[in-house]
Amino acid sequence: MRYFNDGEAFLKLIKLLTGGLGNTLLIFAWTIVLALPLGLIVALGRMSRRRIVREPVRFYILIMRGTPLILQIFAVHFLLPILMKFLGTNLPFLSFLLAIRPNRVNSTIIAFVINYAAYFAEIYRGGIMAMERGQYEAAQVLGFSRAQTFVRIILPQVIKRILLPISNEVITLVKDTALATVIAVAEMFRSATNEASRTGSIEPLIIAGVFYLIMNTIITWLFDVLIRKFDYYKV
Amino acid sequence: MLKATNVTKSFGKLKVLKGVSAAVSRGEVVAIIGSSGSGKSTFLRCLNYLEKVDGGSVTIDGESLVSTDAQGKACYAQKEQLRRICLKMGMVFQNYHLFPHMNVLRNITEAQVHVLGRSKTQAAEYGAELLTKVGLSDKAQQYPYQLSGGQCQRVAIARALALDPELLCFDEPTSALDPQITQEVLAVIRQLAGEHRTMIVVTHEMRFALEVADRVIFMEDGVIAEEGTSQEMLGSGRSERIRRFMGE
Repeated sequence: MRYFNDGEAFLKLIKLLTGGLGNTLLIFAWTIVLALPLGLIVALGRMSRRRIVREPVRFYILIMRGTPLILQIFAVHFLLPILMKFLGTNLPFLSFLLAIRPNRVNSTIIAFVINYAAYFAEIYRGGIMAMERGQYEAAQVLGFSRAQTFVRIILPQVIKRILLPISNEVITLVKDTALATVIAVAEMFRSATNEASRTGSIEPLIIAGVFYLIMNTIITWLFDVLIRKFDYYKV
Repeated sequence: MLKATNVTKSFGKLKVLKGVSAAVSRGEVVAIIGSSGSGKSTFLRCLNYLEKVDGGSVTIDGESLVSTDAQGKACYAQKEQLRRICLKMGMVFQNYHLFPHMNVLRNITEAQVHVLGRSKTQAAEYGAELLTKVGLSDKAQQYPYQLSGGQCQRVAIARALALDPELLCFDEPTSALDPQITQEVLAVIRQLAGEHRTMIVVTHEMRFALEVADRVIFMEDGVIAEEGTSQEMLGSGRSERIRRFMGE
């Protein structure tokens, strides 16, 4: 018991972990903000009538869901600079890419966004496909355009149906942020493992676990509220 | 008002409509009867573009929805014209297809506002008026899941009426309802017939068809087998074929 019965050491540990929490939350927040809308676009692409759109998107989702996220983080981190340099040198209108140097956090966020967008996309797609045809037909005979039908009639109902599976992914995302440690992003889990290996104590890892649990308790509660908000109607 | 000529439609290898022609004049109520699989619902759905025909033509109010060219290919109107033509027709489905996430009033006002461009107040006033007409003025703020099937169907009728269609189509409007509840929906349709609205009703309710329709079309196996005034078709002088269909 190195920390649990020593108030000062415990406080220092908490401070150390909250220091790493910044990057953890940064990765989490950006992934949510970017991957949720991107996922919708991917879902629409996956359902496109045009093969030229649908098939590449299908392949993209296969890669994202079919390979480990940890590998994708490595891939983005090591290949992205090479890709940017290549594009920047060969395509004049992309030359601005040469001026950008992606850091570890950015690489991680990109990897998370493209990975989670694929999962979100399949959840959206499931929700959209579960809509009965009658809703589209009713909208059509009432003269709604395709865009109006989607925004006013389909999407609001889809959101209600997908909240639960989305909450699953969001909770997983909180825990997955720990994977950023593999490219040495200074997030919370890395702070915890560093401290644990420095002192030979497992306690920092336990405290890190408690931190994740607290975050996910809050998220679970937020989704409960959201789901209740959509409870004003039933299908 | 509406003229359909030689409409054909297949689902894969199954020929559902084998050349159906029919005309409906303004103010007329036409009932389409026939057993399941006779193509009567498909025919109705071809008239308002819920299904695409393979061949034949449909003209509504002098405007061509679809016509067939010399090669026998069905050519539909341009997108904008198509939308305008379809707005001349209202549709009531067997399973209502109300929008579950909108309350009853909003089900009726949504298209008025966002398709016809009426103001929200105007749409709400008209919506309230139509709800009174179908006897549901007290349900405006309820959601569809809180209503009975018959009430849902009456809301669906009000929703269709809200866009002032020139022709109202009903696709088996009472088939999903209990017998007692069927009457409250039929009463509304009867009332509309009394106002000389042009209507096409696909139905299983023979007595209702006899009472309300001016003309009855009997479909069998993808063609119109018999057609006549409701008295000729369903009155005491009805044919052997109709008798068999009615299970006599």
